[in-house]
Amino acid sequence: MNGSGQEDTHRTTHRTIERVARESYGRLVAYLSSQTRDVASAEDALSNALVAALKAWPGDGVPQNPEAWLLTAARRSFIDLVRHRQVAAASEPTLQLLREEREMTLPAEFPDDRLKLLFVCAHPAIDSSMHTPLMLQTVLGLDAARIAHAFLVSPTTMGQRLVRAKTKIRDGGIQFEVPQERELPQRLDAVLEAIYAAFGIGWDDMAGVDQSGRELAEEAIWLGRVLLQLMPREAEVRGLLALMLHCEARRTARRGQDGRFVPLSEQDSQQWSLPLIEEAERHLAEASSRGRTGRFQLEAAIQSVHAERARSGRTQWAAILLFYEQLIRISPTLGTRTGYAAAVAEGRGPEAGLGVLDAIDFESVSCYQPYWAVRAHLLQRLAKTSEAADAFDRAIGLTEDPAVRQFLLQRRG
Amino acid sequence: MQFALLIYEPPEAFVARKSDGTDSYTGAWRAYHKALVESGSYLAGDPLEVPETGTTLRLKEGKRRVQDGPFADTKEQLGGFIIMELPSLDAALDWAARCPTAATGAVEVRPLAPAAKHRIT
Repeated sequence: MNGSGQEDTHRTTHRTIERVARESYGRLVAYLSSQTRDVASAEDALSNALVAALKAWPGDGVPQNPEAWLLTAARRSFIDLVRHRQVAAASEPTLQLLREEREMTLPAEFPDDRLKLLFVCAHPAIDSSMHTPLMLQTVLGLDAARIAHAFLVSPTTMGQRLVRAKTKIRDGGIQFEVPQERELPQRLDAVLEAIYAAFGIGWDDMAGVDQSGRELAEEAIWLGRVLLQLMPREAEVRGLLALMLHCEARRTARRGQDGRFVPLSEQDSQQWSLPLIEEAERHLAEASSRGRTGRFQLEAAIQSVHAERARSGRTQWAAILLFYEQLIRISPTLGTRTGYAAAVAEGRGPEAGLGVLDAIDFESVSCYQPYWAVRAHLLQRLAKTSEAADAFDRAIGLTEDPAVRQFLLQRRG
Repeated sequence: MQFALLIYEPPEAFVARKSDGTDSYTGAWRAYHKALVESGSYLAGDPLEVPETGTTLRLKEGKRRVQDGPFADTKEQLGGFIIMELPSLDAALDWAARCPTAATGAVEVRPLAPAAKHRIT
């Protein structure tokens, strides 16, 4: 084989490893850690296995069942790691597992424990700000540095927080199990919230963007698909996926060619991704046939009305208001109430929209950018120039995204 | 906890200060300052004059060594500071991210050291 041919093989092997790692990472971590609750050792074992694969596969060729190969290697390393780390305080379940593992031959099919892992990551005993980072790391294998950037903390800090959370999972008596029917709705909510937090773009009407975590949108959609695969009958799981797909469909339209921010009302709907919209609509229809509405289905329904514009050329604000009114009853968050105010302004005039904003507790919005962006927009429409300029300043001063800042500066005039 | 936001600006930013005040640099800073003050967490802050106006002094073997310009010879220079009272580093980083300079230069977040001050006062 000549040099470049060898290089090609290397590259192909590398890609295979990346693909297998991406598809199997969560399954392998979940399987390895579900018995011992030792997520950190499971991750270390898997990364050892991946390093071994990088060494062995280019020479030996990619094995017929790469996932099984990785599992065997990871399990061997896992047993060593756990034995090493817990030799002083070896817990009974761990010892039991090690005894069983030694006896066991490799199963052709190993159980998919990712659902349990997702519920562990969003367990009420774990600080809610760590739910999303834990999922991204344990299910998708993202490194702490990448997660840290998206969540605006230093990589070292994020690394330490992840370690602490995993120690709590191991030692805090958190069970690897899917919750019982009785607690399921609440526990599932936490899982959905965590996935949505990774997606990040909560709201892009009018003039503001909620930016936290937006770099992770694709990962969030991946997690949403995994969850749907594991819980195909839960309407809200489909609702969340539909919501994310609708927002994702507008990604390119959200920026002009020169990188400037384009608000939803000014987006060229022909730039929206039709396949993503269609997929979102399928999930939403399937969800509503199950007859149990929820927050994410309602938010997806609002986005679905916006998406209609691509076909009809106009926005049915009356329908949007109807969905918002239901949404506010079950989820009266700051984001929902701000979005509702913007919709009210479109449907019933800026004065009415401003009334909705005025009803929100003033203390709670002092650092909430979308509130000020909508307020500025409505005041401007009412020709209250100096009040509008003041609200624009608050919105501009709270904006992280330079493109949004520029957009608001221009609007302010 | 009190935090300092140390704002390191590129040369273009120092040039932009000389504009008539209707440009986006000034507009963004005016808005950011308003948001800071309205948040109730702002304690103090000031821009610094351009780096060329700095004079750096050292005493070497009892002799004064005076040098024109700033202490460090880097592209981005300290252009100002903000002191805030905030519950956590996370909150301070949120404010750093909103700073217009975060997109063009750098914002360093440092906790103040009240214990060190206490020892000398």
